[in-house]
Amino acid sequence: MATTATIETAEGRWSGGNAPMNASYGKLMMWFFLLSDAFSFSALLITYGLIRYAHPAYDGSVANFEFSTEYWPIPEMVFEALPFLHGVHAPLIFVGIMTFILILSSVTMVLAVEAGHRMDRKGVVKWMLWTIIGGLVFLGCQAWEWSHFIHGTAEGTVNAAGETIFGANLTQNQYGPPLFASLFFFITGFHGFHVFSGVVINFIIFFNAVVGTYDKRGHYEMVEKSGLYWHFVDLVWVFVFTLFYLI
Amino acid sequence: MSTEETNNIQVIPEDKEKTKKIWKVAAILAVVTIIEFIFAFTLERGILLVSIFLGLTIVKAFYIVAEFMHLKHEQKTLMWSIVGPIILIVWLIIALMLEGNAIFNIRN
Repeated sequence: MATTATIETAEGRWSGGNAPMNASYGKLMMWFFLLSDAFSFSALLITYGLIRYAHPAYDGSVANFEFSTEYWPIPEMVFEALPFLHGVHAPLIFVGIMTFILILSSVTMVLAVEAGHRMDRKGVVKWMLWTIIGGLVFLGCQAWEWSHFIHGTAEGTVNAAGETIFGANLTQNQYGPPLFASLFFFITGFHGFHVFSGVVINFIIFFNAVVGTYDKRGHYEMVEKSGLYWHFVDLVWVFVFTLFYLI
Repeated sequence: MSTEETNNIQVIPEDKEKTKKIWKVAAILAVVTIIEFIFAFTLERGILLVSIFLGLTIVKAFYIVAEFMHLKHEQKTLMWSIVGPIILIVWLIIALMLEGNAIFNIRN
């Protein structure tokens, strides 16, 4: 481990031989990678905003809302189904549960990092395992959500050409303009892939902790780095939740 | 896997204050999400509600980045080199929202 610099003048700090930002190379690069990833997700979400504004909005009351390919749907009317409770109108409940699962798995990740700082291998193993479980449950929920979105409701929607459409694909969907479903697949899919890769990374870290790699190395900084990535995935979901499901 | 080797590691005891703070931030995130939920069903849809949602989202984002990702407690140089470039995203939001509005006007 690099020794902490004793010279605190600006010149001394940047002239080499120490870590000027007081963070290791790996941690710093993780931060800059996350910054670039933030740009990717912002671009996707802002594009959602652009396309939504370019389409006519539904201007009636929420109670009388009906699906039409002519205007952008109200999200709480689209995402209102729950597993095992077919036909029950429960707007945003399922996605709310998913949000809580991801926030909780972020909390268990912080606890794993905290245990790592104390060189507590058992603590790291326990909390990493909970984090991995949280991530897998979230992915399962998302798979159900996608499947429901693709299959659609029993009634379907009649489009401008007079045909009834059920569910959604990349060219047409029963909920609104075709781009609504495309953006749903793209944005939640891109986020879901991040969650998936996060689970894989977390599993590798978990495995290394179990076999004692970090005890031998003398520090648990890898837990901190994968933790940064995992929190970022949670952060993105916070934005997806607001911009895609609430507004 | 050799247990002899890991037995030499000194485990520092848990600092209850730190763990308490983590759960406190978690509670804040949960409460803000619940508030968003209540607003989604009680308030009229419109500009006001959208602004409230965006404001609450920024609050949540702040707690995740500052506390969970620990950015608030890092060195200032590191903090600003991450937070500074976000200004480009603000620019993109303004630019593309205006653009979306223009496309809507041309189409209708």
